[in-house]
Amino acid sequence: MSLLARPGGPEGGSNADLLCEPADPHRPGATLLGARVPRLEDDALLTGRGRFVDDIHLPGLLQAAFVRSPHAHAVIRSIDASAARAAPGVHAVFSYDDLRPHLVTDRLVVGLPSSHYKQDHHRPVLAADETVHVGEPIVIVLADDRYLAEDAATLVDIDFDPLPAVSDCRAALATDAPLVHRESPHNLLAEFDMTYGDVERAFTDAAHVFHESFWQHRGGSHSIECRGCVAQHDALEDRTTLWTSTQMPHAAMRVICEMLGLHENQIRVATPDVGGGFGPKLVTYPEEVCVTLAARLVGRPVKWIEDRREHFIATTQERDQYWDTAIAVDAQGRVLGLRGEIVHDHGAYTARGINLPHNSAENVPLGYEVPHYAMQVKVALTNKVPVTPVRGAGHPQGTFVMERLLDRVARELKLDRAEVRRRNLVPATSMPYRTQLKARGGQWVTLDSGDFPKCMSEALERADWVGFPARQARARTDGRHLGIGLSNFVKGTGRGPFESVTVRIGSSGKVHVYAGAAAMGQGTRTMLAQIVAEQLGRDLSNITVTTGDTAATAMGLGGSNSRQTVVAGSSAHVAATKVRAKLLQVAATLLKATEHELDIEATEVVVVGQPARRVAFGVVARSLAGIAGYSLPGGVSAGLEATEQVVLDDMAFANGTAVVELEVDVETGGVRIHRIVFVHDSGRLINPLIVEGQLAGGIAHGVGNALFEWMGFDENAQPVTTNLGEYLLVTSTEMPRMELYHQESPTPINPIGVKGVGECGVIPMTPAIMSALEDALAPFAVRINQTPITPAQLYALIAEGRAK
Amino acid sequence: MDPVPSRRIALSVNAKPVDANVEVRHTLADFLRHQLGLTGTHLGCEHGVCGACTVLVDGRSARACLMLAVQANGHEITTVEGIAAADGTLHPLQQAFKDHHGLQCGFCTPGMLTTLVELLRDQADPSEDQVRVAISGNLCRCTGYQAIVDATLAAARTMREAPARTADVR
Repeated sequence: MSLLARPGGPEGGSNADLLCEPADPHRPGATLLGARVPRLEDDALLTGRGRFVDDIHLPGLLQAAFVRSPHAHAVIRSIDASAARAAPGVHAVFSYDDLRPHLVTDRLVVGLPSSHYKQDHHRPVLAADETVHVGEPIVIVLADDRYLAEDAATLVDIDFDPLPAVSDCRAALATDAPLVHRESPHNLLAEFDMTYGDVERAFTDAAHVFHESFWQHRGGSHSIECRGCVAQHDALEDRTTLWTSTQMPHAAMRVICEMLGLHENQIRVATPDVGGGFGPKLVTYPEEVCVTLAARLVGRPVKWIEDRREHFIATTQERDQYWDTAIAVDAQGRVLGLRGEIVHDHGAYTARGINLPHNSAENVPLGYEVPHYAMQVKVALTNKVPVTPVRGAGHPQGTFVMERLLDRVARELKLDRAEVRRRNLVPATSMPYRTQLKARGGQWVTLDSGDFPKCMSEALERADWVGFPARQARARTDGRHLGIGLSNFVKGTGRGPFESVTVRIGSSGKVHVYAGAAAMGQGTRTMLAQIVAEQLGRDLSNITVTTGDTAATAMGLGGSNSRQTVVAGSSAHVAATKVRAKLLQVAATLLKATEHELDIEATEVVVVGQPARRVAFGVVARSLAGIAGYSLPGGVSAGLEATEQVVLDDMAFANGTAVVELEVDVETGGVRIHRIVFVHDSGRLINPLIVEGQLAGGIAHGVGNALFEWMGFDENAQPVTTNLGEYLLVTSTEMPRMELYHQESPTPINPIGVKGVGECGVIPMTPAIMSALEDALAPFAVRINQTPITPAQLYALIAEGRAK
Repeated sequence: MDPVPSRRIALSVNAKPVDANVEVRHTLADFLRHQLGLTGTHLGCEHGVCGACTVLVDGRSARACLMLAVQANGHEITTVEGIAAADGTLHPLQQAFKDHHGLQCGFCTPGMLTTLVELLRDQADPSEDQVRVAISGNLCRCTGYQAIVDATLAAARTMREAPARTADVR
């Protein structure tokens, strides 16, 4: 069913694999799972009543500005803040030395565990005597408003002694390279390999071996809302609340407690509306610790709102990977083995760990039968802002490599690009398919479900792949260069081990949901409300959902890795199911009926066929809230609630295929995308409206990664793209109409059959676009082994091709 | 440092008269957000590229981050808070955004809505391309723009069928 292609059409064609009855949110009692329910979040956001972090205003609020390093690498000789402290409206100025006495530890230890580290480089809360990237915070200034804070920040006099900086991650590994941290032995942060089978033998026995090298760049997240936080210390409760635009409030609370020597009741971290996350907001940042501590020190609430320039230099990014690879195939183009090396730009500190290159290496062979594999990974420190996940988190790079190599095989063996893939995709009959790969936690990677060849076939058919050569030939006679490209992808989603969800019916009869999940604009609250309401009356107006608040949920992991519908959705489903069972059990006692006579209608439990016999949720809840001296009805336990943490160690693998048709203006290198056909399978859909939104946004992000987004640094590691005029995001006029189609293979590994979707759109876009560009420019024998590619670079390649 | 000078300004915000003392260096966006508490106008870049802060000045879209509050003296400003009907009924654009999932995180949404209010007032029956051009100065990282375009075309249909409902938004 073409869903985005036909606006407003919940009708459309048939969806062969629909799990449940066709969902209709407007029919009373209709299932909510699979329904295009308008989001609960929308009314406030549409009328200017959203509450983002910068919308929080508190009496006595001070505004913070940070003084940041202008050098990629320098010794800090001295800091003189006296002029800043004397500036109008300034209340305090803190450097590392001012904060250190109040900290148990001065480092944010936030990296994921791994045995592959050669050295640890945790971020300091403020740079003390050495700064290692442009944008690193050194001083925090508190003033009556942001204007005054920025005025004063310019008065802070820091004496720097610049040191040589490392900009290129390959150069970082040279024996004579300058050191990123002056006291490190070298710049190799970590090294590991991902190897299975006997890759040497595979290459020896192969009919063909092809080598390719790739440079892959991804940029920043550029959520339209930058980061920001507000901290308020409440002396009465001895508790500091930090409202912060984060994807992981529980992690932030843990880090802040550790650093400030506080316990869990002394820090509450809560997320207001979050204006997009896209990865970098999953990291706990020095600014969050500084602002929390500053608010406690000055006894007034403190707000810091990141500006866009700060976002370019101080928010984590995903940047460069350099790959050298080779693929071994038999005479029919079947993959026998794949090997290579990756050098990964880590930035100056470990803000998340080595998960990105791990994901990249793991993703390469994921959707295909690759019997032998060996990928060596080197993680290099550079004097740049730390690298952490941006939507896709290393997976797009792995997919790019595999798909580009398959295009090479097709070209060399004179096979259709789709045919090479058909010969190598993991077949549906092999599901579940245990690969020979291990996830970062050591679990075997098992593809749980899906029909990859069918997904690709549908995409090819929808895009009229076989009819394209005729279209291309016709255009060519008009001097126009059309190209078509494709890419498959497989993406592990729903990383565990769990998410925590409590479902509680209050005496008011309202159903309250509290989740460790963190909403960042995807419609997480609506998704959870649908899943819970499905069990408890199907009345969305009777559900409240609280996410991202450490005071509401003791345990939580938050938003990352396309996980929340899988892990939080599963816990919500099981918790709601348990509450439903108890609701019916107690209602049966109260109504003097048996449970199987009962049904739930909106906010009441009724005896089927006897509408006068009914009891409201609130009455049942009150009966379980207890009356002093009286027994609970039916001998059940107290309270009408359940808390669940469904443990899901294995990931649910989503997959899909993108086909891109585009046109290149060979006189300018300009690219116009005409069509994007995207068929995907993320298991059972809870809300197709939201799923399509996730896909569409991811696809646009992938178009940006292919053609526009480049976070530039010069040879001294000075950032050279620090505004949205220099760093280009995709706009409405570059995007074609996306044609999205769903296949639904419910995963057997969680109770609701769902797989994640948040990152799926982005993953196959760069290879599909490069494949299409090469196809369009075949007369010039253009080869593209990089992302992004700009019009100027394309034009140069075309000119090179003409000259040959 | 010398104290920052301020001026008295009188203007209309969402059809209500406002009389205020503002520091001359404060942007219109900061004035609306911090002095008037109209936090629906968002700041995404503060250098005029993202469009999240777009408001209507005498009915024309303008970047509230590139305009000083004092420049609004004597003008009529409409923000996202002033788009819905007085009784709270959503503007057809707002309703269509909701129906078509034209927003996700909602941060760019106020600027999208004000920009599109202007478009639909000037052009009752825009083509898809015209809608795309109209919002080409508004960045959205969530939607890929498609649902915004669909919502706008749907709202235009609604407004053509019932023009009176929205005639009063400037």
